[in-house]
Amino acid sequence: MKHIKQLNNKNLMDNIKNKGCGECQTSCQSACKTSCTVGNQKCEN
Amino acid sequence: MIHQFKLLDKNYLVDVNSGIVHEVDDIAYSIIELNAYKDRKKLKELYNKFDKDEVDECVLELEKLEKNNMLYSKYKEVVPKIKPTLKSMCLNVAHDCNLICEYCFASKGDFGGNTELMSLETGKKALDYLVRNSHGRKNLEVDFFGGEPLMNFQVVKELVDYGRSIEKKHNKNFRFTITTNGMLLNEENIKYINENMQNVVLSLDGRKKINDKMRPDKSGKGTYDRLIPKFKRIVEYRKHENYFIRGTFTRENLDFSEDVKNIKNLGFDIISLEPVVTDEKNSYSINKEDIDKVKNEYEKLCSYYIEKKKENDGFSFFHFEIDLDGGPCIYKKISGCGAGNEYVAVTPSGDIYPCHQFVGKEEFIIGNVDEGVKENSISNEMYNANITSKEKCKNCWAKYFCGGGCHANAYNFNGTFLEPYEVGCELEKKRIECAIRIKSED
Repeated sequence: MKHIKQLNNKNLMDNIKNKGCGECQTSCQSACKTSCTVGNQKCEN
Repeated sequence: MIHQFKLLDKNYLVDVNSGIVHEVDDIAYSIIELNAYKDRKKLKELYNKFDKDEVDECVLELEKLEKNNMLYSKYKEVVPKIKPTLKSMCLNVAHDCNLICEYCFASKGDFGGNTELMSLETGKKALDYLVRNSHGRKNLEVDFFGGEPLMNFQVVKELVDYGRSIEKKHNKNFRFTITTNGMLLNEENIKYINENMQNVVLSLDGRKKINDKMRPDKSGKGTYDRLIPKFKRIVEYRKHENYFIRGTFTRENLDFSEDVKNIKNLGFDIISLEPVVTDEKNSYSINKEDIDKVKNEYEKLCSYYIEKKKENDGFSFFHFEIDLDGGPCIYKKISGCGAGNEYVAVTPSGDIYPCHQFVGKEEFIIGNVDEGVKENSISNEMYNANITSKEKCKNCWAKYFCGGGCHANAYNFNGTFLEPYEVGCELEKKRIECAIRIKSED
């Protein structure tokens, strides 16, 4: 596309059937301890 | 729902429901801004400003994206799937500290109570409790926290040994971390930490004058000069991996990008600097009137981040790191911080709190290591307060990046888990925009 480019292509809602294992790090436990952000956590699945 | 923003000469459209982020030119940005995509009569206004063929071509591109569910994608209800199973624990092994940080939420280390060190017996019971209650989870995170955990380091070491002795039998994998102010670091414990802790969080606020004002020792002396050599040593020993230099900024240093630069210039390249969370009556608190200044500072930091990256001298800033494609799944995104359910904090006396931020507020005790967590409404309330139930989150473009914010902040400022803390929300949204802007440089 000429006017628009995507920074990502994975739709949040696609292929979610096998997701939700709950093994990923608890977000506040990583470095912050005073705020919550999930966007920077890693998927363990 | 679409969120559009401009940052450092680039334009973006975030399609909220799909999570797809588009970098767009001025024509596409203007079409969406004018609502001319939905109301085509308005396109005429743009024909005066841009070439007509280019505008029409752009509309075709937007149509293609909409058809592929990458723009104006519809909201799909997702039912929380991750069960509230315990997997993380903040072990407050010392309610005592050798610093008297001005803004300490732990009331200078003792959380408003008596100074106390956790016994080995209580620590073992806490780990046993974690193992017993983490059905279906393999990876268990335990952070040694305080006060200052190095003030009870013998117990830390014995608890690591204990954890290792029971993990295989129960098919678990402990991931130990430690959060320290660094004052008691020495060759011996540096070696131990580097061999046994998956991550280490080292507290430093940045420039000497800022750090020393907010983080003095008990005699009131600054700590910067004593800490830097110790932090350099431990980070070098860890080969510059798996650590954070983690600091706090307050109204005293709203120019906090200078503190990040200071930390970077010292040779550290994994950095987290967070806004203070405290009573708005405190002179150093960050309040609504400071939001614009802080946002502006995040932009400056974003520029600096990009500049360093281009010079092949990049660094990591915790809140600017975002994984748009391989990050957490939608279920994680809607479940938020996990406090009171997948995460708890344990005090030296064995009381269990929903998270470290509530320690010392006795009405938030949800159990103890002897009897466990009783069926209680606080944990249930926290589990149910997520981005699918909080009104402000439901309509927020940033919900799938943020996860709903900190329960403790929400409760402290609004008296309910259901209404997020406004200053926190505004700053989080800005950090996400900066993180997206940085992704454009990949």
